[in-house]
Amino acid sequence: MSLHFIQEPLDKTAPHVVPAQAVTLNVNGEDHTIQIAPWTSLLDALREYMDMTGTKKGCDHGQCGACTVLVDGKRINSCLALATVYQGKKITTIEGLGSEDNLSPLQQAFVDHDAFQCGYCTPGQICSAQGLINEGRAKTEDEVRELMSGNLCRCGAYTNILSAVMEVLHDGQVVVDNGTLVTIPMQPTKSSSVN
Amino acid sequence: MNSFTLTQAAAIDEAVRDKASHDGSAYLGGGTNLIDLMKENVSRPTHLTSLGHLPLAQIENLPDGGLRLGALATNADTAWNPEVEARYPLLSQTILAGATPQLRNMATNGGNLLQRTRCYYFYDLATPCNKREPGSGCSAINGYNRVCGVLGTSESCIATHPSDMCVALAALEAVVRVQGPDGERTIKFEDFHRLPGDKPEIDNTLNAGELVTAIELPAEGYAKNFTYLKLRDRASYAFALVGVAVGLTMEGDTIKKARFAVGGVAHKPWRDQEAEKMLEGQKASPDLFRQVAAKVFAEAKGYGSNSFKIELGRRAIVRALKQAVEMDYALDNDAFLNTNP
Amino acid sequence: MSQTIATPPTVRLDSDVVGKPISRPDGPAKVSGSAKYAAEFNVPDLWYGYVVSSPITKGKITKIDAAEVLAIPGVKQVFSHENVPTYAWFDRSYKDDVAPGGSPFRPLHEPEIMFNEQPVALVVAETFELARYAASILKIDYEVDESFNTDLEKARGKGFDAPKGKTGFLPPPKPKGDAEGAFKAAPHQVEGQYEHHAQHHNPMEMMATTVEWLGDGKKMKIYDKTQGAPNVQQYLSKIFKLSTDEARVISKFTGGAFGIGLRPQHQVFMAVMASLELEHSVRVSLTRQQMFGVSHRPHTIQDLKLAADDQGYLQSLQHYALGETSQYENETETVVNWSGILYKTENSKFGYELTKLDIETPADMRAPGAATGSFAIESAIDELSYKAKVDPLEFRLLNYTYEDPTENKPFSSKRLIDCYHEGAARFGWEQRNPEPRSMRDGNMLVGWGMATGCWDASMQKSAAKASLTADGKLTVSSATNDQGAGTYVIMTQIAAQTLGLPLEQVTFQLGDTTFPAAPVQGGSWTAASVGSAVQATCQELGKKLLKLAQKMDDSPLDGVDLKTCSSWTATFARMRILASRSLLRTC
Repeated sequence: MSLHFIQEPLDKTAPHVVPAQAVTLNVNGEDHTIQIAPWTSLLDALREYMDMTGTKKGCDHGQCGACTVLVDGKRINSCLALATVYQGKKITTIEGLGSEDNLSPLQQAFVDHDAFQCGYCTPGQICSAQGLINEGRAKTEDEVRELMSGNLCRCGAYTNILSAVMEVLHDGQVVVDNGTLVTIPMQPTKSSSVN
Repeated sequence: MNSFTLTQAAAIDEAVRDKASHDGSAYLGGGTNLIDLMKENVSRPTHLTSLGHLPLAQIENLPDGGLRLGALATNADTAWNPEVEARYPLLSQTILAGATPQLRNMATNGGNLLQRTRCYYFYDLATPCNKREPGSGCSAINGYNRVCGVLGTSESCIATHPSDMCVALAALEAVVRVQGPDGERTIKFEDFHRLPGDKPEIDNTLNAGELVTAIELPAEGYAKNFTYLKLRDRASYAFALVGVAVGLTMEGDTIKKARFAVGGVAHKPWRDQEAEKMLEGQKASPDLFRQVAAKVFAEAKGYGSNSFKIELGRRAIVRALKQAVEMDYALDNDAFLNTNP
Repeated sequence: MSQTIATPPTVRLDSDVVGKPISRPDGPAKVSGSAKYAAEFNVPDLWYGYVVSSPITKGKITKIDAAEVLAIPGVKQVFSHENVPTYAWFDRSYKDDVAPGGSPFRPLHEPEIMFNEQPVALVVAETFELARYAASILKIDYEVDESFNTDLEKARGKGFDAPKGKTGFLPPPKPKGDAEGAFKAAPHQVEGQYEHHAQHHNPMEMMATTVEWLGDGKKMKIYDKTQGAPNVQQYLSKIFKLSTDEARVISKFTGGAFGIGLRPQHQVFMAVMASLELEHSVRVSLTRQQMFGVSHRPHTIQDLKLAADDQGYLQSLQHYALGETSQYENETETVVNWSGILYKTENSKFGYELTKLDIETPADMRAPGAATGSFAIESAIDELSYKAKVDPLEFRLLNYTYEDPTENKPFSSKRLIDCYHEGAARFGWEQRNPEPRSMRDGNMLVGWGMATGCWDASMQKSAAKASLTADGKLTVSSATNDQGAGTYVIMTQIAAQTLGLPLEQVTFQLGDTTFPAAPVQGGSWTAASVGSAVQATCQELGKKLLKLAQKMDDSPLDGVDLKTCSSWTATFARMRILASRSLLRTC
């Protein structure tokens, strides 16, 4: 039995491609000006246009967290962010949290607790954990588990990720702000008891 | 994802004009739904009016004792706002039950209302979908419809609205403030989202060019007796199969006022005002709750892989009402377990 | 509670380094974001290929109209079966080391559609976004054949005996005694169907390849997401008639794989093809959705019939499995054999069949066959133990075997019984109440059981290279892979221990076809195989070093014989002292 399936043309008019324009992004304390069209995500801007491949693409649809970066200290999924809209904001990527020879306490904790296997979800986990620390909300293991649930790990390093984050949380809350470490006071919170 | 031009609007009227002046344009809030849909080629605007710079992110008190949530305040900022946590903990907990911290940091309040269904067939260009392409058919009715609705469905569409926050806003009887080419107006929350009927491509009652500027909460936040019960396939980072938001005011054992809404079961958060009235003035009891639950789902229709939602929904209402009365979310072994209405 | 549960044994390792927990040497690179995966190598002047996938399951492409797409500035080419040359005629050119029997899939070769998400075109453009957009508007007409079947349940009764063809294939064990008769005669019986559906590997990193066109004849550097660079190189060389120089494959870091990287997948074919045709660097990465169309653990339905006597001794074991495969290849696994290996009985019968569905060829995934077979046999054994009113652990101890019943040969070693004892002790099996629904933790019912896993300990041919500098830095290399399992770590440990060097002075390199050949990283054989090669190579290096040391005037190592030498470490330490006096040359 023969049917026809025609992939309907998405645009009735001839395709038009908006040209690239100069976009300036502040990443890890430095301004970068790149030539991109509005359709470039912040994730692709970092990986393909700025050679900052630490931030990973795991799904490109906000479903895995591998693309997590910090914007003004808050964690977001860079795959759903249009780069052009993020001009004028302070973007921090994994490369901005520390380098191979100078790991941040959180990065060191990940190494010490073997909180990774293949390493692909790891930059996203670390940026997300840094965001969690900045939020100052999660205290208990259950709370950390819930507030880290936006980061998937197919290798299953979750228990070690949890212990790495708990170690840093236990040592005090730190915020990376303009490259300096700042201690913020604990905020009073109600425990979340939603099913 | 098709190519598009983008304007960063600085003021509301500029945004409205910018959108109106471009054919095939869309408003861009946090982007967590729109960008996803554009990557799937489900949404194909050729121009985006970005709202990020609009002064609509405040959360401020209203003279009548209520609270105005700016449409561009993020879901995270809203959930963790001290006034929301103190006076509308139902809303706070409901928002925190959805998505992930990353998504909540990006998603706006306005965008949460406007997010589109996650029905698999809506997303898949290779399958007929009346919501995406009117007249092409509904693949879900005889397909994998686990995430689809059992109430208020039509022959054209059985999609659900996926939001958690909207279920709480429905129970709280919020009011949506919008602005468009014809000026400003308000829409009662229960009137904001539509049922599919024979026009499933239209999700809500916004007029062309209107954008949401604020969500206004009345003074009553049910901060003493509330719950959001979310049942889903995994413990976090998943949409509700069934979600129940409840707010009660009590006097001893007696329920004075009851508001509740059910999510995951219809094209909009499902409120049943007759069922709410069944609770008011009555003493809380399992039998009463079961009667109420039966009333809510009396007209429910299952489509195969979602028929379980009918029984699950009934039990969820009973459990949620119990939780709201007792303000105790730990389950205990009593008559409420293994209920068999 | 069983009286056979004894105190768990203590295991001692005579080792300074091997088996001790250490931080991964690749850790700092991974946590700082400097570790590079296949789609991340910054190659100058790079073009992007985006794969177009079939939205239909079966049928054929009747028309591709690429004119509109090709007219967009920045789009470089649209590849499809219409314009991709036939590179090699014979199936054997497309067979890699892990391929099963049958005819390997040739991407972009024919208009026929054999499975949903089959790649049908590659659009190459200057930017990723442009390639993605162009791919979405490429006009393709299909003739749809609705007579497809992707449902294994509908194919019950249509199986054929699983054939040979895949390396390592083991047919089901031969029947013994009278399985059906013994089943009927036994007082306690279990009969059931056990089924799992397709499971997708979905590692965090999508399949991707970056081809760097070096502009020197056909020389390329191919950064591929794989579990075995040599296997990919061989595949590409045969198809495209490339030398090893021309097709150097590099895989330093792999973002998880779980089996999907054992065989070269279609994105590496397409990236290399595009690179050769366009004489340009090209990157191709699949999307997460497309990952579902690459491969999966096969949907398998199993039938088991077991019977026991009143004491709990197994009287009969019958295990049959039906697995799905594609129309064009026969993907086999070892599914039912584990039951026969684990449990002793006089009466047994096994069967394993495949059936062809309109799907992509399934692939090895995390203990292929064993995960499938074990879940079935262990569930059935559990149920049988309940029927016979014997503790499930006790039941397994009663039917424990020191011989492989399928070969009638004793195992060279089998420590499973120690694992049972240790597990029982550690988990407090004594406290388990066998009555269903009898145990609670707050408002949660607690289910508590145990099961056995089994896998063969194989070895594959492997090679390694070791070189030592005058300042005592050891570099060992092999073309093996690390998808997260820790190859970098253990090889560093093995090399360090073999030559008595501190870990900081040892570097292990992998994932490059210019390194000595190694098998694909799979089958849980890498530690034994490549580890042995690393150890042997380092020992050879040590021997060379000793000879050199012995040649020196008044050498304190004169007359030392490594065969009688009690400690490598001590010998090598003395050699290092000599080295620090600049008396030794590099081997």
